[in-house]
Amino acid sequence: MRQDILTLDNVCADIAQYHILHDINLNIPKGGVHVLLGRNGAGKTTTLRTIMGVLHAHSGSIKFDGQDITKYHSSDIAQMGVAYVPENMGIFGGLTVEENLRLAANKGKFDPVRLKRIYTLFPAIEKFWDKAAWSLSGGQKQMLAIARAIIEPRKLILIDEPTKGLAPSIIDNMIEAFHEFAKETTILLVEQNFHFASSLGETVNVVEDGKIIHSGDMKEFAQDKDLQTRLLSLSLDQHQ
Amino acid sequence: MVWGIVIVIWLGLALSPFLFHDVRSQQVAARICVFIVLVASYDLLIGYTGIVSFAHTIFFGLGAYGAATALRHMGPGWDAIVIGGGIGIVMAVILAIFIGLLSLRVKAIFFTMVTLAVASVAVVLVSQFSDFTGGEDGITYKVPKLFKPATKLLVDDDGHVVRWLGTKLNGKLAAFYSVFCMSLLLYLAMIRIVNSPLGTVLKAVRENETRAEAIGYRVVTYRTLVFCISAVFAAIAGIIYAVWLKYTGPETVLSFSINIDILLMVVIGGMGTMSGAVIGVVLLNLAQYYLRDIMQLGAEATANLPLIPELLNPDRWLLWLGLSFILLVYFFPAGIAGTMLKPRVK
Repeated sequence: MRQDILTLDNVCADIAQYHILHDINLNIPKGGVHVLLGRNGAGKTTTLRTIMGVLHAHSGSIKFDGQDITKYHSSDIAQMGVAYVPENMGIFGGLTVEENLRLAANKGKFDPVRLKRIYTLFPAIEKFWDKAAWSLSGGQKQMLAIARAIIEPRKLILIDEPTKGLAPSIIDNMIEAFHEFAKETTILLVEQNFHFASSLGETVNVVEDGKIIHSGDMKEFAQDKDLQTRLLSLSLDQHQ
Repeated sequence: MVWGIVIVIWLGLALSPFLFHDVRSQQVAARICVFIVLVASYDLLIGYTGIVSFAHTIFFGLGAYGAATALRHMGPGWDAIVIGGGIGIVMAVILAIFIGLLSLRVKAIFFTMVTLAVASVAVVLVSQFSDFTGGEDGITYKVPKLFKPATKLLVDDDGHVVRWLGTKLNGKLAAFYSVFCMSLLLYLAMIRIVNSPLGTVLKAVRENETRAEAIGYRVVTYRTLVFCISAVFAAIAGIIYAVWLKYTGPETVLSFSINIDILLMVVIGGMGTMSGAVIGVVLLNLAQYYLRDIMQLGAEATANLPLIPELLNPDRWLLWLGLSFILLVYFFPAGIAGTMLKPRVK
């Protein structure tokens, strides 16, 4: 049994006056890709934002790598080795591709080996190196956001819907890339594209109304159509 | 193109003692040098980090009053400038940390209000502690011998000061070139800062604080840091200005109108460009000092025409300055350098 890198224990979080997360319990094992599924508005993004410290849990505890980070500031959590790729990509449009990556590199210096790997995975990064990030296409921006998350070794990467709005060919490349990343880090992935999620995920957690309603093996979940329909209330075939 | 203009301006400033021989031109050239540092340091705040502060003249004033008070009490020595100026810089940093930690966490408008309040308090304090600060009259003092007009840098066989291209090689020239060299060095240091990894972080903070925090940068720390760096540059500019003017008073270093001028210079030049600081300072200073002269010439040349001489009456210079500013904002919405450097959207 692998050790958990991330544990959420009865975490509750609010956005303004709205209670979004209600006693979320989540265990993410070290290494591999772990998927968080759920319908729109179920609380998936809020869960990632709460782990990252962008939102603060008002009760419960969040443990990362054995340390309680519930009250930590998001910048401290990032420094502990957690990278966050938000749904809107979170890149800085006014900065160049290089500057965006340099921000995430340790002391502003690139590891040449990692940089070369990023160039191989995402050739657009090298091609548009000096260009302002706002001038990139949606897919290229997403690649930049992911490249920024892996420019340094991270213990945990939180990724929110990386395939949203991307062409199928790019998604296939991204599946390959994620398999590569998962060899050395842990990825917690929020994803609506079930084909993408099931191709990568080892475990799955389903969120509904701010609670985890199912946790288990991804392969088993992918084969159980009844369970998928019941938990996600939609025909996943249309997403495959 | 923009940087070409900046280089031409610096070259013009370097040659100004030999190009223009009148006292006012030299005063304007020195003021431009000092204000480039002051405005560029303000651009670090407003342009690169998105902090709107009205406390910038306090830091300028602290440097100036530090050097001025020491020169008056300790005599016209270099030690007075170093000790007094040093105390001014330290006080500027302490105040910057205090204001920064106290209010950089709050929303931008509240921070601006806090700095406005602190600036008003500073003006009142200078007025109240007149024994120490000279009150509204300010302080006059002597500066080191090297900067005195009577000092001869080079003498001919008869013992007279040497003239080169019509300019006397005396202490006034030494003072000007000290102002010029210090200002240029400080400006280059600020360019180095904005092009360093710190500069990239500042731009990221300006663009999106939450995103900057999510990749590991504590925004309040960086905002306070840049506030302190900016305060140090402003204080050094104050020291240079105090030594150049041989006078320090609220009107020259601390008044609210100076802060408005700095803001205008940054906006005219282009926020977040550094090159804009140079262009904005030159344009506004030239307008403030020479627009009336140009209008006078215009009024004389059009004396026989109806209405126009009235409109060009030098007393109406603020009207023309205001109109020019409106036109500049219309045609250069991101400031002159900002608009020229802006990449064109396809």
